[in-house]
Amino acid sequence: MRGVAPKLVAAVAGAGFALGAVAAMAETPQVGGELNIVVGSKIPSYDAHIESTFGMIHPIRPFYSTLIRVNPDNPSSPTDFVCDVCEGGVPEPTDNGTTYTFKIRSGITFHDGKPLTAADVKATFDKIAFPPEGVASNRRAYFKMVESIEAPDDTTVVFKLKHASGTFIPSVAMPFNFIYAKADLDTHGYTWHQTNINGSGPFRFVEHVQGSHVTGTRNDDYYHEGKPYLDGYTALSAPKMSIRLQAIRGGRADIEFRGFPPKARDDLVAALGDKITVQESDWNCVLLVTPNHKTKPFDDPRVRRAMTLAIDRHGGSKYLSNIAIVKTVGGIVFPNHPLATPVDELKANIAGYSDDIADSIEHAKALLEEAGQSDLKFTLLNRGVDQPYKVVGTWLIGQWRKVGMQVDQDVRPTTPFYASLRKQKDFDVSIDFNCQSIVNPIADVSKFLPTAGNNYASFEDAELEKIYANLLRTANVDEQKILIRQYEKRVLNDLASQMITLWWYKINPHRSYVKGWKIAPSHYLNQSLDNVWIDKEEKKRHGL
Amino acid sequence: MAQTEIAPLESSTLPRQKTIWDAALRMIRRQPLGSAGLLVIVIMTFAAVFADYVVPYDPEIENFEYMLMPPGTMDETTGITFMLGTDSFGRDMFSRLVHGARTALLVGFTASFIGAFVGLVLGVGSAYFGGYIDLVFQRVMDVFMAFPLIIMALAIVAIFGTGTEKVIIAITIPFIPRCARVVRSSALALRELPYIDAARSIGYSHTRIVMRHMVPNVMAPFLIMLTAFVGQAILLEASLSYLGLGVQEPTAAWGLMLQGGAEEFAESAPWVPIWPGVAITLAVFGFNLFGDAVRDVLDPKLRAQN
Repeated sequence: MRGVAPKLVAAVAGAGFALGAVAAMAETPQVGGELNIVVGSKIPSYDAHIESTFGMIHPIRPFYSTLIRVNPDNPSSPTDFVCDVCEGGVPEPTDNGTTYTFKIRSGITFHDGKPLTAADVKATFDKIAFPPEGVASNRRAYFKMVESIEAPDDTTVVFKLKHASGTFIPSVAMPFNFIYAKADLDTHGYTWHQTNINGSGPFRFVEHVQGSHVTGTRNDDYYHEGKPYLDGYTALSAPKMSIRLQAIRGGRADIEFRGFPPKARDDLVAALGDKITVQESDWNCVLLVTPNHKTKPFDDPRVRRAMTLAIDRHGGSKYLSNIAIVKTVGGIVFPNHPLATPVDELKANIAGYSDDIADSIEHAKALLEEAGQSDLKFTLLNRGVDQPYKVVGTWLIGQWRKVGMQVDQDVRPTTPFYASLRKQKDFDVSIDFNCQSIVNPIADVSKFLPTAGNNYASFEDAELEKIYANLLRTANVDEQKILIRQYEKRVLNDLASQMITLWWYKINPHRSYVKGWKIAPSHYLNQSLDNVWIDKEEKKRHGL
Repeated sequence: MAQTEIAPLESSTLPRQKTIWDAALRMIRRQPLGSAGLLVIVIMTFAAVFADYVVPYDPEIENFEYMLMPPGTMDETTGITFMLGTDSFGRDMFSRLVHGARTALLVGFTASFIGAFVGLVLGVGSAYFGGYIDLVFQRVMDVFMAFPLIIMALAIVAIFGTGTEKVIIAITIPFIPRCARVVRSSALALRELPYIDAARSIGYSHTRIVMRHMVPNVMAPFLIMLTAFVGQAILLEASLSYLGLGVQEPTAAWGLMLQGGAEEFAESAPWVPIWPGVAITLAVFGFNLFGDAVRDVLDPKLRAQN
């Protein structure tokens, strides 16, 4: 009996997914109906330029437009971007890769009725890339290569870069780059959007009841013809996973966009059968182990290497993926991207990726003995979030135990966890994460740079800085591959400055009458809902 | 002078010397529920003390090959049966349950003993000194007592952080005013008795009067509070761990085991939440029954009724 149930569930889920995918291709979208979403996090503010949480993106993104976005019909591709408010295709650079000229569609209006022009796009990206003193911008660093932004007329925006960069277009495509009206910024100031909404997206804001829901209604003036298909949507706030799960099971909600653990998927499929469609994808999010290099003995690379050698990533992928939202073995780059190192290369070149875990454990023990740390004891700082933080933390402790390390876990709620990790830096070893929206490897791997503002390992390494500086200045993909490999080997093997655990795996079970939405490698992406529609006949079959 | 010979008494006429079994039988007859509670406590204590010898597996060792196995599954590598099944990390539920008793008793006994003892000293001291000291002290106690036990413990954990030692502190602090209040009311009556005046008049120190002459005479309410506190402390520890604010993985603790299983595995692997739930229920029930029996024995009014 052992192992049969999961296989059966996977088969049903897979069949559902396959049938759903085939059906989606063949079906014509229907207009009308309301979509109910459940969201597991609160809305800190409506201003995407300063926020980084799906708690804001899922309910608020449908009110806004962006300059370009991931292709909603092919969101799993990390390199397929299409225009949103711009016209035609995503522009190719000119002037040796230093100039990008976007043509803005005519006839777009904000929800307050005013037209959207190139001046609004310029004002938006000026706020993001060059915020005035005292104005926060979470993604300012992504636009370091931008020298100037110009809007010579109402339909043209020109970005001039300091040097050619492979990270510019992915940075522009980030879903947090909501287009704001210049008039709103000029009249109300830079903090107005934190508490007010005036977008040009497929849905108009209706109401937000704190802790309860956000509702939106169809924007009849939307510029993508025939869209959106839905009459409106409601994003219900439900911080507890069990409530979100039961909401879908009971028909109170149709979909949840962040993702459920495998067990929840299996329970839903077992309860609802073919009324559930499951979409799954690798996820551009990974938990890291960050040793504090300023604390002994973690200043010793032998100890850090022993720690990474003890982690059985392949075994973890096989078993942990049954109970947690992690699965894929990979290096520092999102595994499905062309710049990512194939697993076989990782196995051959990077400590802790070998198939021979017994040999790795012996090697780790020898390193610890050599470093005089055979009875190493330390505390792992972790974030008080079950999926996947606490599950992965407990798994890691079990792995380190096999080489003789005694590890306690200090699990803290999010705010004190961040305080310890980012400000006090009073930890021995901490869990950290690298979660991004758009897959933008060159920008994403900056996390491992000692001078990166979000690297909390407290170390210095000139060689790593040099490799990364070269990486930033090349637009040649082959050169990028070579430099990324060098950078990765330095981080994960030579210095073992930080450790990659397992990449997350996104599982989105939803009611099968929800059509048109396609899973992306990030829970931030493809959330404008303009492609989503409700199959009314199918919904009737659900008794809803 | 005639001597009277005293015939030795026949052994059958002598009252039989009472053995421990007689005392046990007497207690079972008089306090059947209390005895049942005591039995639970004894079993739990035995499990906690000898946990390393009675369990087949290290409770923290992960064995993913056997994750979420139902009770009775045989471990093919060792030939040992997972009596109560395994959890999502493949750890033996029985081993974790037995080691969980150790955590529960460690937290339960430590928090309740320290909390009750500090409360005892403060309560008796407050009653003995009276006046402004008593007035101020009791208002401070009022502030602490205004918070429900779990809210107070949650607030303290939020300040000190998680982990076994911090959970003990979080549970100990709210116990202090509760014990102090009850003990003070008994000590107030004692303070007026002549032997306390006599002790004062011959120059005994305050410490000696409080510790040697008053504290022993408030033992009855103290012991009743103490037994009640152990059960409450076990429940509080489980509650905090369930909320993710108490003992942390991979340590075996019942509340933590419940948390790990309740949401995700209630339907597909019900043994994961059921066993720790049963253990918590039995332990708290056992201490409450025993506490009630102690109260019946020590309370003069109830003793007279019996």
